[in-house]
Amino acid sequence: MAIADLANPTRFLKFANRTIPWLGGLTVLVFAYGIDQAMLAPDDYQQGATVKIMFLHVPSAWLGMLGWGVMSVAALGTLVWRHPLADVAAKAAAPIGAAFTLLCLVTGSLWGRPEWGTYWVWDARLTSELVLLLLYLGVIALWRTVEDPSRAARAAAILTLVGAIDLPIIKFSVDWWNTLHQGASVFRVGGSTIDSSILVPLFIMAAAFTLLFFTLHLAAMRNEILRRRVRTLRLMQASAVS
Amino acid sequence: MNAVNHMGFIVASYGAAVAVVGALIAWVSVDYHTQRLRLADLEMRGVTRRSAPAQSGPAVEQAKEKA
Repeated sequence: MAIADLANPTRFLKFANRTIPWLGGLTVLVFAYGIDQAMLAPDDYQQGATVKIMFLHVPSAWLGMLGWGVMSVAALGTLVWRHPLADVAAKAAAPIGAAFTLLCLVTGSLWGRPEWGTYWVWDARLTSELVLLLLYLGVIALWRTVEDPSRAARAAAILTLVGAIDLPIIKFSVDWWNTLHQGASVFRVGGSTIDSSILVPLFIMAAAFTLLFFTLHLAAMRNEILRRRVRTLRLMQASAVS
Repeated sequence: MNAVNHMGFIVASYGAAVAVVGALIAWVSVDYHTQRLRLADLEMRGVTRRSAPAQSGPAVEQAKEKA
């Protein structure tokens, strides 16, 4: 099946029905291996055992941003290319991205208390991450407020592209401002500052979370296509009766 | 760092992750079954898409009569 064929919702549903069980199974396997490696990883010489929170916090942060990235590409698909599944992909990604952003903030607070002595501080990294969560909630509210899916899609696409400005702010906030949050330690010029005994489990957990994201996204897209079919059929039924 | 002193924060973090991921999986699963049930209910009453195989039912018959 060519990728272009997936633009057809019926073909996409067939593809999703076939792919979701395999992707879900692979996600479980990678998670099992990742959690095993994370638990076996040594304590950090400074942070001690609390470094185990990093295996959840960092992938959640990446996926919160990836979710908005997926929505931004989909927003272009809606506004520029008018791809039939672009707004379906954007709508489906929003609650998943919001959930990972929330998880990032919660685990960050739980990590911050023993390391910094506080659950929260209004520094640039934490605040820009909170802004991302509020943007997610705004897009979800917009989708729910506008009844016509195509009108909602255009409005949500514009808000998504405007909100994408927050992504580089989150990434570079620790470089641009003096923050309590530590600077980049994984993807940075000169290589990672994390020892491989901790870095490798982190990447495995990140792979597991990414697989989970795409499994859930595919399933949520399938749900959205079915929801739109229900809506169309109800409109047909209403027009037939009236 | 004393691991025992901070165990509560670690357990709470993993608990939060289980709760959030569990909620996402539950939301997707419940939503899927809800939409499938709604579609099955509509198709049982004869309301089908134009591209779907032709079926009969009260709503479709009414639509045909109207046409």
